[in-house]
Amino acid sequence: MSKGIAVGNKKANLFPFSSWMVVFVLVPIALVVYYALTDVDGFTLSNLRWIVTYGGTLWLSVKLAFIATVICLLLAYPIAYSMSRAGARVQRNATLFIMLPMWMNFLVRTYAWMTLLEDNGLINSALRAVFGMEFPGLHLINNHGAIVLGMVYNYLPYMILPIYTSLTKIGGSLIEAARDLGANGGQVLGRVILPMSVPGIISGITMVFIPSISTFIISKILGGGKDFLIGDLIEDYFLGNSGVVNYNIGAALSLVIMVMILAATFIMNHFDKDAQTSGGGVI
Amino acid sequence: MKRKALSVFLVLIAVVSLCACGGGGQTGSTTLNVYNWGEYIDLSTLDEFTARTGINVNYTTYASNEEMYSKIVSGAASYDVIIPSEYMISKMIDEDLLAELNFDNIPNYQYIGEDYKGQDYDPDNKYSVPYTWGTVVIVYNTKYVDEADVEDESIELLWNEKYAGKILMFDNPRDAFALAHAKLGHSMNTQDPAYWEAAAEELIRQKPLVQAYVMDQVFDKMLGEEAWIAPYYAGDAITMMDENEDLAAYVPVEGANRFFDAMCVLKNSRHKAEAEAFINFMCDTEIAAQNAEEVCYAIPQVESFKLLDEETQNDTMVYPPKEVLDRCEVFVNLPAETLELQSRLWIKLKTSYR
Repeated sequence: MSKGIAVGNKKANLFPFSSWMVVFVLVPIALVVYYALTDVDGFTLSNLRWIVTYGGTLWLSVKLAFIATVICLLLAYPIAYSMSRAGARVQRNATLFIMLPMWMNFLVRTYAWMTLLEDNGLINSALRAVFGMEFPGLHLINNHGAIVLGMVYNYLPYMILPIYTSLTKIGGSLIEAARDLGANGGQVLGRVILPMSVPGIISGITMVFIPSISTFIISKILGGGKDFLIGDLIEDYFLGNSGVVNYNIGAALSLVIMVMILAATFIMNHFDKDAQTSGGGVI
Repeated sequence: MKRKALSVFLVLIAVVSLCACGGGGQTGSTTLNVYNWGEYIDLSTLDEFTARTGINVNYTTYASNEEMYSKIVSGAASYDVIIPSEYMISKMIDEDLLAELNFDNIPNYQYIGEDYKGQDYDPDNKYSVPYTWGTVVIVYNTKYVDEADVEDESIELLWNEKYAGKILMFDNPRDAFALAHAKLGHSMNTQDPAYWEAAAEELIRQKPLVQAYVMDQVFDKMLGEEAWIAPYYAGDAITMMDENEDLAAYVPVEGANRFFDAMCVLKNSRHKAEAEAFINFMCDTEIAAQNAEEVCYAIPQVESFKLLDEETQNDTMVYPPKEVLDRCEVFVNLPAETLELQSRLWIKLKTSYR
């Protein structure tokens, strides 16, 4: 069946993929590297030292992205597990519902949280009306917690779906076999299901952590534009909102982030080695 | 067979959508790219312009001069007409980004009041036609802000700890630093690094009191009473006051920025004549008046001013008396070293975490 597509010149078949990669991945990365390692006088490494200057910003970004990723994982695994054990119809509908918010624009979804979390927002108004809480109520927005919430809300589907996919690949017969051989519930989970879903977990982590660490719009909308994350800083250098446009420093910061992410992916792939065959795959 | 039909279909879609993107001019008419501040035009005038001239307008907006500038120098998009503020106009003239206008195509320039010609940013009136002007004011909500705290009409209100978490601040350094400079009694155009450092200290001290740094979002937050105090541009402040009766505003006694925004044509515009037609149209006596009613900023067209309703003509928020204007300061383009410093200090503010 699939043989039909594979026949012919292999290189020619790869053409759409490779041309896409060259135009939209390799060339942009080459540009980032070029800008990062040059300034008006030519080659230099001095742009990279800015990552040290902005160490605090990098640390904050890593911290918030890490917290968001952990929360996503803790929420997503049970959801994905119960989905994977449900009937076909429920699975279809559940997948649909998880995808549903993604039909809406990312910005609109994030703005919607603003109207929920503000002092005059729905949550605080409800708390005041129902529990007679005093004005202004809970401080839910324009802080780091709100930024993490924004990350979790926006990127949770990217954690659920890969885990769900890897869990559905574990046949019921494997679990039955484990039980037949005397494993109890905890052992089935810890020694069969969890190890076999590692590829899904790893691609989930990657797909949540990377957009979280580089976001600049969530921090602006839900963080009140007060504390820059590394993405805000890069945006500022490229757009020059602070008065100076400097592609070189912006590109250098981006390059450092890319290398860090690449290194992290490399390490995680290492964990993934044993489970390679069960599919999933990173990125 | 099915697959073949599908690929034919996909190719068709691709071709059709390419045509749609590449088109724009396929009906034979020109499309003019106008790039303006957000909430800064009566949109119905654009339809009127198209109806009168047959020229389509692709209208997009920006939130700050800096955003507009970087978009233009990056070459990411091509625009014909832009409406920057005075200091950005001098910068763009210096960098040879603006086209000299052919005033034969802009007969309505005659209606611009003499006071608004020959300004420092374009001393020979070669590159720009004034659009509107105004000052920065401090908007506050009378329901939540005590009378006693606004009696002195001071800039200090923005640093009043009583209103912590309810104060908004400009999300662009030039306007934000101007307030801090005014608070300290410095010129907003100072080039003294020590003054800039001191102003940055003020902003850092204010940061814990600030709910959010915003531009156009100020409308939502002030109208919804999520925030109670915000510095903003006078015309927008009046728009807000029209929509929420509890809002009031003043020009701070310490001084405030007075700005002139003017229409310019970019040097690389391919539709220069049409761009000039647009500028001319916006200076049409009735159109300028209609636009002024909508945006609430002060206009430089003398005849149009007479068409405004009496209330607007006498509104001291829109047309402040001389003694108020005397304490206001117009921005000039800062030298590169000062801009570097401003950028560094702004990032310092945004990266000082607590």
